[in-house]
Amino acid sequence: MNATIILINLVTLICLIIAFIKDRKKAIKGLAIAAKTFIRILPVVFIIIIIIGLLLGFVPKTLIARIIGEQAGFGGLLIVALTGAILHIPSLISYPLAGSLLQSGASVTAVAAFITTLTMIGLVTLPLEIKELGKKMALLRNGLSFIIALIIALLMGVIL
Amino acid sequence: MKEKGSPTYRQALLRDTLFLVIILAVATALLAVFPEKRPAVTTVSWKFFVELILILPAVMVLMGLFAVFVSREMVVKYLGKSSGIKGFLLAIFFGALPTGPLYVAFPLAAALISKGARLANIVIFLSAWACIKIPQEMVELQFLGLKFMATRLTLIIIFVILMGLAIERMIDWTDRKASGSRGGKNGSNI
Repeated sequence: MNATIILINLVTLICLIIAFIKDRKKAIKGLAIAAKTFIRILPVVFIIIIIIGLLLGFVPKTLIARIIGEQAGFGGLLIVALTGAILHIPSLISYPLAGSLLQSGASVTAVAAFITTLTMIGLVTLPLEIKELGKKMALLRNGLSFIIALIIALLMGVIL
Repeated sequence: MKEKGSPTYRQALLRDTLFLVIILAVATALLAVFPEKRPAVTTVSWKFFVELILILPAVMVLMGLFAVFVSREMVVKYLGKSSGIKGFLLAIFFGALPTGPLYVAFPLAAALISKGARLANIVIFLSAWACIKIPQEMVELQFLGLKFMATRLTLIIIFVILMGLAIERMIDWTDRKASGSRGGKNGSNI
């Protein structure tokens, strides 16, 4: 148990109490949505947990460091950023994965690029974005997001 | 999201569960071949499992509550008319509220466009929705630490606002030039 875990559960508890005081029906509906989303995400949670275990257990740190570590260079960064843009895993689950990569020798830059493109860019949802917002806007947003993600990642590497 | 939910929800759940079974089989096979790796793998997996199981239910409840209590009308009402720095901050605030995946935000953004909201604010809103969710930031804090999370958050806020302004300029520019011109190969000027 650490401070973050206690904090988020406390915040949730307070919100839940307020929600029930304000509108019981809506609060119950919110809980139902939560239960449904939780069940939906659960298999992915277990998949990621197993992958993290295998990653830290089997893949040597030197290999990870060579591909996406400090000395990996721009090519490695591009690969990670592209992987993040293509993959469609819930961002919530990507943080533990990113944390384990960081522990096992990946650079701050690579990890930051991965999470940032993963959350900001949705190649899977791009057709829907084009349909709702038009081609120009959707392509500009996703394209610029990719560049921004790279800049943010490089800056993170410099700062941290 | 709800209307078309049931069949695709079930299919997606089934697909992920199938994938889980495959991964589980692979892991079991690997650990059977390399028994000396067993303690390391199980310790790591167990540690991450405990952390996630203590955090995820709370995050899900938060998201569920906000999805119900923050109505579309509210977001459109506030974002439709706000401008300037206040508009940027509101766009980030509403985007960061813990409400659902990104595809839920597209129709909302489309509604904002038709309401005449500022283009920069819409881009900022969408980007904030994609990557500055409040519970997600807490999970990032948990697994990547305060320094990492705070630095990335600050940088993202700055760059997302810049990107919103840049896209607004580009779209205004191409709209004024001609309707048939293609926006795109830009981006170095942010």
